[in-house]
Amino acid sequence: MINKSKNIAVILISLVTLINSQVLKAELTIEITEGIQSAYKIAVVPFATPPGEVLVTDVAGVIAQDLAGSGYFKVLPRDEMLTRPTQPARVKFRNWAAIGQDYLVIGFITKDNNLYHVQMSLFDVYKKEQLKGLRITVEADALNMAAHHLSDAIYQRITGIPGVFTTRIAYVTSIFNEQNQPQYKLQVADYDGANAISIAQSKEPIMSPAWSPNGQQIAYVSFEHKVSEIFIQTLKTGERKSVAKFKGINGSPAWSPDGKQLAITLSKDGNSDIYILTLANLSLRKLTQSWAIDTEAAWSPDGTQILFTSDRGRLPQIYVMPSNGQGSAKRLTFDGNYNARGSFSADGKKIVMVQGVQGKYRIALLDLVTGANTVLTDGSQDESPSFAPNGQAIIYARRKGDNEVLSTVSLDGLTKLDIQSAAGKVREPAWAPRK
Amino acid sequence: MKFFISIISIVFTGLILLGCTKDAVKDGSSPEGSSGAESYVYNADTAQLKELNLDNTLSAAETLMLTPEFSDPSSPLSKRTIYFEYDSSQVLNEFISVIEAHGQYLMNHPNQSTTLQGHSDERGTREYNIALAEQRAKSVFNMLQLIGVMSNQIEVVSYGEEKPVAQEHNEDSFALNRRVEVVYK
Repeated sequence: MINKSKNIAVILISLVTLINSQVLKAELTIEITEGIQSAYKIAVVPFATPPGEVLVTDVAGVIAQDLAGSGYFKVLPRDEMLTRPTQPARVKFRNWAAIGQDYLVIGFITKDNNLYHVQMSLFDVYKKEQLKGLRITVEADALNMAAHHLSDAIYQRITGIPGVFTTRIAYVTSIFNEQNQPQYKLQVADYDGANAISIAQSKEPIMSPAWSPNGQQIAYVSFEHKVSEIFIQTLKTGERKSVAKFKGINGSPAWSPDGKQLAITLSKDGNSDIYILTLANLSLRKLTQSWAIDTEAAWSPDGTQILFTSDRGRLPQIYVMPSNGQGSAKRLTFDGNYNARGSFSADGKKIVMVQGVQGKYRIALLDLVTGANTVLTDGSQDESPSFAPNGQAIIYARRKGDNEVLSTVSLDGLTKLDIQSAAGKVREPAWAPRK
Repeated sequence: MKFFISIISIVFTGLILLGCTKDAVKDGSSPEGSSGAESYVYNADTAQLKELNLDNTLSAAETLMLTPEFSDPSSPLSKRTIYFEYDSSQVLNEFISVIEAHGQYLMNHPNQSTTLQGHSDERGTREYNIALAEQRAKSVFNMLQLIGVMSNQIEVVSYGEEKPVAQEHNEDSFALNRRVEVVYK
């Protein structure tokens, strides 16, 4: 037991989370579609539960799924475990070394009135030492979130990279109701699709959700008044504000890194151009001035540059220009005859985009330093890519048969996950920033 | 051709039955003949009506306003969808007469307004398709203006790939979805 007290943290999940999670139901499940190349081998032993209690949440199961889905871990199936210790004193490292495990996670849950204490220990099997101990206290309905917190801790301790298991995603679903009318919903869910809630719905299309940098608001396009209009909705209060309803297109909202401005696409002056909307006073500055289509703006992490899609060279390609408008646009993409909807990685050194080659639209990564262009996916209509908050994966939408699903792909293209929805077509994922 | 038969009867029965209530005809089971057609007119929410719309025909609201020339297959006004090639907003020659006919009609009916709804197929990105589909609608808008239609008679709205009429994922569906719909109000 090394430094146990120092490593123990107590996290109380707020009541707000609890109330939310009570009304939520899991609409999506994760499915691993491609194998894992090289990965840490880890065993996550089922946690001991309070005597006589069957918990709805299988904490160790959630952790195992989180880690396996990250692409960094190969998780030992439970039926291959020789022993199932739940207390650190019971761990015999040689048992786990014998079956080739690098790491071991054990834990137990105790109950104290209505509170559950979840105690987790992470061990390095070869060094025979505890790497991390963590205790989280929650009410029953937040056990799932507690498990994600534990996954974050394990992932960060081993890889050195912050996890994304407690982050959320937004996306748009479309289904036909009994009257065969389309129903569009803007939904927010845990990163794995669990606990989905609708934050807006309409019979008319909803498009292009974008999280504010502080994760508290979502900007999106709604056709609820038959024409496009950009709204900003505050998640906690549900309060909503219309910020752009000009004649013509109101589209592609993209938050500046400081959250004070939105880059948007308007066509009020004739054709699609990118404008910078200052949210404090809703003042507009026109950024692009071309006869061509300019749309799908995205800010560089430092806020000085804006990427956008333009067909000024006849075919849609990605360009970059200074966000203050001082300077001309420079073309960035030369591979493929269709490159669109680019966005920067957190370090600003890569962009992810949709690349069309011979009628197939796939997710591609362009390294701005080396110029290397890597196609990450192999679908025919892959779209709406964006980086995970830790930069380790890309979430995107793809066609699967007649359905549309969300998927993630690792930056090397080797690990792919489907996040499937029970309800209709799922599209336009946007990954929330870390809280 | 059963749609055309139905449509013609929609127009006439629609005009005759102008005063009828929605409850008067509820039978949507027989798609042919006048009684079936009536049900299309009055059950505006049914899937059958959706199919009719797909085939370039009249919705219930339009039926009440427009004259029979809009449904006569030999009249260019019966065509209210203009199709486009991939990633193009250029009006094809075969649709010029259609646009001219609508232009003429709008000039002769200065109180009549219309909406040009731009659409794209599903390929490529959604916001780019919004912009592309608007360009298509604006191509039609510009032609109508050249003919002499007042710009305040025409509205343009782009739905991009969000409202496909054909749901398959093949070239035939893509071709049907790359379109501008002339919608009279």
